[in-house]
Amino acid sequence: MDLLKRYIPVLFLLTVVVAIQLVTHFTETTYYLTQLTMSAYYSVVVIGLCVLMGYGGQISLGHAGFFAIGGYLAGALATHNLLPIKDHALVVFCNKIGLLVVGKNLYGSDLLTFEPWAACIIAVLAAGLIAFAIGGPVLKLKGHYLAMATLGFGIIIFRVVLASAYFGEADGISEVPGFSLFPGIEVSGSFRARTLNYYIAWGMVICGVVLLLNLIHSRVGRALRSIHGAEEAANAMGVNTARYKLYIFVLSAVFAAFAGVFMTHYNGGIGPSEAGVMKSVRYVAIVAVGGMANLWGALIMGIVLNFLSLRGVFGSYDDAVFGVILIVIMLFAPEGILKINPWQKMKTFFALFVKQDNKKAAEG
Amino acid sequence: MALLEVKNLDRHFGGLHAVNNVSFTVEQGMIKAVIGPNGAGKTTLFNLIAGNLPANSGTVYFNSMKITGRKPYQIASLGLSRTYQNIKLFHGMTALENVMVGRHTRSRAGFLSGMLNLPWTWHEERKIKAKAMEYLDLLGVADSADTEVSNLSFGQQRGVEFARALATEPVLLLLDEPAAGLNIYETAEIGRLITRIRDSCITVLLVEHDMSLVMDISDEIVVLSFGEKIAEDIPQNIQQNEEVVRVYLGDEG
Repeated sequence: MDLLKRYIPVLFLLTVVVAIQLVTHFTETTYYLTQLTMSAYYSVVVIGLCVLMGYGGQISLGHAGFFAIGGYLAGALATHNLLPIKDHALVVFCNKIGLLVVGKNLYGSDLLTFEPWAACIIAVLAAGLIAFAIGGPVLKLKGHYLAMATLGFGIIIFRVVLASAYFGEADGISEVPGFSLFPGIEVSGSFRARTLNYYIAWGMVICGVVLLLNLIHSRVGRALRSIHGAEEAANAMGVNTARYKLYIFVLSAVFAAFAGVFMTHYNGGIGPSEAGVMKSVRYVAIVAVGGMANLWGALIMGIVLNFLSLRGVFGSYDDAVFGVILIVIMLFAPEGILKINPWQKMKTFFALFVKQDNKKAAEG
Repeated sequence: MALLEVKNLDRHFGGLHAVNNVSFTVEQGMIKAVIGPNGAGKTTLFNLIAGNLPANSGTVYFNSMKITGRKPYQIASLGLSRTYQNIKLFHGMTALENVMVGRHTRSRAGFLSGMLNLPWTWHEERKIKAKAMEYLDLLGVADSADTEVSNLSFGQQRGVEFARALATEPVLLLLDEPAAGLNIYETAEIGRLITRIRDSCITVLLVEHDMSLVMDISDEIVVLSFGEKIAEDIPQNIQQNEEVVRVYLGDEG
């Protein structure tokens, strides 16, 4: 019964995803699918962050960093030619165990690169390990201090990708090949594969949502929420709070990294703006708008706001809009906009005037 | 060997000697009370035992095992549970979920099995829920099982916190002022409950200000004043103890 209640919204989401695809197909507006696909990938970051922030109670202003680690590593490994150093022991070893593939670049010359799946695994593992390494010390901090520390991490990643030639400096990485998941199913920006990629991205979102919904409603999920509620008491109940915080941090970093890998293959490249601090702020803002401890709220807001942003609705004020959203939400709806009861707000608003009038009447 | 043995425990905050070379033991199956004027170091003592604060020196043995230096969650998993003076419930969770967290050390589903919702965890979840309901029922707050704890009355919150502590099935229960903020009827109710807990083979160590409650239910009393133990005896003798009377009422002049 509980399970049914948990999964019905997922089925509903699946229906909406298919419905949207069919509508765009028949109205010949399939160009919307491109932005919806990208919104889906960003939403994977958002739902992972939502569980960290809303349920675990730990803020991270560095999640664009994990997205970038995933995207950049996968992109670079799958793109950079290893032929000039093909006699290096490490390259020979990787080749022997089948991690490398020979291809051709745009101009027809030979290319020795990592298999995209190998690159994906390396990239996600790297993000997970980095999260594990920095999470240990950083998660001892609380509140503003944790925010500052993760912000610092985000800035480091941003400056590193911007400065290193391997990651293409300001140009980022381009000409990233497609990522063939199964024969015939490839993550790529090719025009013909648009619908397929729409479904790949949404399949990933749905898998992510199901996994996280299960987690939230499990013993571990309760322990995480108890850390958010009262960390000291959680510890006294036998919850190893430090370990749980670390694991959830790593998990959300892995979600971000997966999104980064897929997005890079889909776009055929990645640039330093993906690692920027404003991207991290944007993810946090979306989780806040969705209502912090509300996975569905975060997902819906992640799709809507990212879609609007990608369609260029906010114009060049894009980042400013997300900053404003964050401030407004924190001031007026810390529970998220889906929890606002407009009628109640109006009542309290008018009650204020009535009180003042009564006061005046009493004085007069 | 006593269930809990506190040996030369010492802790200071800057110049303040909050707990000064305190030693006492708690035998299995008794209710032992720690009393003393405000600022005597009672809560600090609790925090030292439960591992929330590191001691400057001294040791605590629980079941003949040295627990000083261990983390609170490790101590909790050995069978020591506690409540707080200013109730610490998990806000944003229902009363039932709060008590379900109390079952944490008695269940084992981890990250992966939780995420994949493996069938064996369903059985465990059902058991956790049933047990949690049992404890809510015991405390008379089963009606509010699905209410978010911030919306409960003070008395109900205390009940939920109690249920949560009991849900860990502790060997030793530390109660920090269980009757604070309760009226005389509720206090009497708590007194009966604590006696019942003791009768179900759970040893109780409590800090309390309500003297009639302490004298009624305790088997032994430790008196602290300015961090030092000034007396340890059965209630009748504590009432007659001159130094205790002096600490509480002041010199006759």
